Amino acid sequence: MWDYSDTVKEHFFNPRNAGAINDANAIGDVGSISCGDALRLTLKVDPNTDVILEAGFQTFGCGSAIASSSALTEMIKGKTVDEALKITNQDIADFLGGLPPEKMHCSVMGREALQAAIAHYRGEEWSDDHEEGALVCKCFAIDAVMIENTVRDNQLTTIQDVINYTKAGGGCSSCHEAIEEILTKVLAEQGQKPDFSQPTEQVVPKKPYAMTNLQRIRRIEMIIESIRPQLQRDRGDVELVDVEGNTVYVNMTGACAGCQLEMQTLGGIQQRLMEDLGEVIRVIPAKMREQQQLAQIQGV
Amino acid sequence: MTDAIYLDNNATTMVDPSIVETMLPFFTEQFGNPSSMHSFGNKVGFAVKKARQQVQSLLGAEFDSEIVFTSCGTESDSTAILSALKAYPERKEIITTVVEHPAVLTLCDQLSKEGYKVHKLSVDDKGRLDLDEYKELLDNKVAIVSVMWANNETGTLFPVEQMAEMAHAHGVLFHTDAVQAVGKIPVNLQQTKIDMLSLSGHKLHAPKGVGVLYLRRGVRFRPLLRGGHQERGRRAGTENTASIVALGHASDMAAAHLTTENTTVKAMRDRLEAGILAAVPHCFVTGDVDNRLPNTANIAFEYIEGEAILMLLNKAGIAASSGSACTSGSLEPSHVMRAMGIPYTAAHGTVRFSFSRYNTMAQVERVIEVVPPIIAQLRKLSPYWGENGPLLEPDKAFLPVYA
Repeated sequence: MWDYSDTVKEHFFNPRNAGAINDANAIGDVGSISCGDALRLTLKVDPNTDVILEAGFQTFGCGSAIASSSALTEMIKGKTVDEALKITNQDIADFLGGLPPEKMHCSVMGREALQAAIAHYRGEEWSDDHEEGALVCKCFAIDAVMIENTVRDNQLTTIQDVINYTKAGGGCSSCHEAIEEILTKVLAEQGQKPDFSQPTEQVVPKKPYAMTNLQRIRRIEMIIESIRPQLQRDRGDVELVDVEGNTVYVNMTGACAGCQLEMQTLGGIQQRLMEDLGEVIRVIPAKMREQQQLAQIQGV
Repeated sequence: MTDAIYLDNNATTMVDPSIVETMLPFFTEQFGNPSSMHSFGNKVGFAVKKARQQVQSLLGAEFDSEIVFTSCGTESDSTAILSALKAYPERKEIITTVVEHPAVLTLCDQLSKEGYKVHKLSVDDKGRLDLDEYKELLDNKVAIVSVMWANNETGTLFPVEQMAEMAHAHGVLFHTDAVQAVGKIPVNLQQTKIDMLSLSGHKLHAPKGVGVLYLRRGVRFRPLLRGGHQERGRRAGTENTASIVALGHASDMAAAHLTTENTTVKAMRDRLEAGILAAVPHCFVTGDVDNRLPNTANIAFEYIEGEAILMLLNKAGIAASSGSACTSGSLEPSHVMRAMGIPYTAAHGTVRFSFSRYNTMAQVERVIEVVPPIIAQLRKLSPYWGENGPLLEPDKAFLPVYA
């Protein structure tokens, strides 16, 4: 079973705006029946103000496709078509409290249906540049045609290149064998060989509603502040010096500095930070960084 | 979840409580290694021997040494096919079918990249093979034929006994993936020409992580795992003793309930199908209806998608599975449905109900009540469905921008 958010389930079990709007003046049909996804979006737009008065959807698709359609119609009602067009597929996913990576294409379909419907309203021709090949990367829904073209156009030679340019292979890595085959094939056309000697790095997908750097540092500061009274009771103290990526630098002062339990105290702070932020954090005494920097300078 | 109705027994089955009971001592006082000389291992060795005989009896094998314990059905499949290729290096062809389990198909796709020629027999709209097509392909270039006994999605049975005779007449080895068939239909291997057979414990109420490769005495064999002398050197690695003992007990129980499967279980399946088909328009049973497993019903509900059906069934406390693309995370519906030429509008809406002897007729009646409103609810959302039924020409009324 997929790990659907409660909002996804709620919108699936109680879809909003299901069915077609009878006197719609904007209709967008998108999807691919071979893939098991098809969506018709019908809108009633006020021709004087461009405001979307009503929205309805009909979806042939899975739970998250129906939930994405329902979310989309809720999001666009009352907006002008220009405002509605600013909605990205990530916005739809965020509205739903996130979608599993394999299901992000459901939100893409919603976004495309909106574009198609508004193009229809404006009397424009909407064409999709979507060229489909066999699905290679299931995490980010990247197909073989897309990877082949990117490899060819950008002279890519490694899997890391493919990850950097297309994201394909940056998730679970189960498609790396297939990406190697594509690289081998495309490079062979040019009489070249791919390079598989280097290990690859994982792309960490951005979490919805991720904190900004400032918010994150404030959060770290707040947690450290909450720990200080305990240390002060033992006549010690801790002070936040810097945050660099996943490393948090602190100064231990008073009785804590150089105390035998210093490393243990740091470990406790580190654990608190990891639990609160939900990411891997290393807490290191700032003096260690100073010593390292000094050593580097002296080395030169 | 005591009220929940489990109709996904082709995926896996409940471990029978009495089977759990037999396993437990092998985690505690009977923890010894069956290969050891001392008394800790010795008793375990006897227990494994008994389990081997129990499986032998269920399969109707001539010798207990023909039973090789493995970790799962997939391992048994890989072992069988790769063994034949290694034992007959001058033979570079394999015959299989388009509807095999991925355990065989994905391996064969990999082998074809490595230079082997893989012939995949096609099926008709009921999932049946053409034995003339098969016969044409049999010659001394073929290392092995691998054909499933029963299809996991539709339950359709293949005439593997006849196909094994035909392979033997041409001097070709025959393997069958029988993980869905064993325990549900009678099997008597000593009366057949089947050389190798795969079995999986968790499909017949034993735990996950134990399987069997039946290997007919005298068949040339090359092990997949080399190492210790376990399983007479044919499958190295310390035996999964608790699970092997469980599989032995499960084999005895399966043999005792073979009639139940073909009477009581079949009656539940038939009642479910009749009830749903009578209440829901535009749905049909897939596969070879007159020649299939007694426990499997695969119903295609047109114009809607399977994952959505499963989510609503699950909410109603009913567990089933679907051939829809979305349930697997791929974008293609089941290869079995596509091979039978089932249109996309129906293939995505297939739901498999698979029974076991632990289901009841009361459960069946409950499912028959729950399914029709779920289907109607989803069809209301479908762009292929009009006010009173499917759009007359769905392809023309609704044509998405990319297809």
